[in-house]
Amino acid sequence: MMDFTPEQIERYSRHILLQDVGVEGQEKISNGKVLVIGAGGLGAPVLLYLAAAGVGVIGVIDGDTVDLSNLQRQVIHFTPDVGKPKVISAKEKIRQINPDVKVIAHHDLFTSENAFELIRDYDFIVDGTDTFPVKFLINDACVIAGKPFSHGGILRFDGQTMTHLPQTACYRCVFHSPPPPNAVPACSQAGVLGAIAGMLGTIQAAEVLKFLTGTGELLADRLLSFNAKTMNFRTVKLHKNRQCPVCGEHPVITELKEAEQTACDLKQR
Amino acid sequence: MAKITLNDEAQEVTLPLSLTELIKANSATPEMVSAQLNGEFVAREQYDAIAIREGDEVDILYFMGGGQSS
Repeated sequence: MMDFTPEQIERYSRHILLQDVGVEGQEKISNGKVLVIGAGGLGAPVLLYLAAAGVGVIGVIDGDTVDLSNLQRQVIHFTPDVGKPKVISAKEKIRQINPDVKVIAHHDLFTSENAFELIRDYDFIVDGTDTFPVKFLINDACVIAGKPFSHGGILRFDGQTMTHLPQTACYRCVFHSPPPPNAVPACSQAGVLGAIAGMLGTIQAAEVLKFLTGTGELLADRLLSFNAKTMNFRTVKLHKNRQCPVCGEHPVITELKEAEQTACDLKQR
Repeated sequence: MAKITLNDEAQEVTLPLSLTELIKANSATPEMVSAQLNGEFVAREQYDAIAIREGDEVDILYFMGGGQSS
């Protein structure tokens, strides 16, 4: 049993008022440990809302520094942060929003080498990455380690997300393997409406809070996609793919391989 | 003509029609999508061999990256 201070009771009062959350649910949030991979367009709103919600431990991993072109959608980073590692910028904002939260920042890439060690201590993982090889790596690591995670992707005016739980359809059940390099453009090439990142990221954050509190129905075995031009939202029912190479009947992926560096990113560093 | 449901919307198509042709007719590239036929995923190698039938429900799902990089 956690003893909330009067300040915490006040800070989290709008959660505590919710019948489905209450003090008990807020305790679960406050005891929750969530790893957010990528502190960019999706990671920014996820981190802001998880921080505000008082998630006990928030891990964040990103190897990038803040670029001026990020600020159109990566709302956790401010103009004076340009040039700063994204994880440091994010950590500073989380601290200011909510000193209750313990932030573990990794200024690093998520690789096959560090994947299992990084995810080990967390209850839930959020994919806020941009490149397909890393999305598949996150999927494989979480499936093999039995960790729940939220997949998210955005492009132009579209977004899609699904939540994987052990025993429900995984990202590879839907998308067998990464598309050929450059076949699908990244946001850096094709562009994205900034607010789309917020729409999708806040859905992912809501999934995390639902997972931690055990509230409602997660987007497990469902893929939610939307188009902001029409504001049509669509949920496609999924079920586990027997031929899935990582969670199917005869898995061929039993260990992690290095994510091939995608040629998707036009930007030369 | 045959009535099918594509991504939750009714559509009329002329048979015979393979899954590959249906995907292309909807401005998508077969290598860049995943497809469910009547709720079951179809392996990409089988898109050519799958013949669309009256009443089929097809979902075309698109790859979407995005989110992090600059």
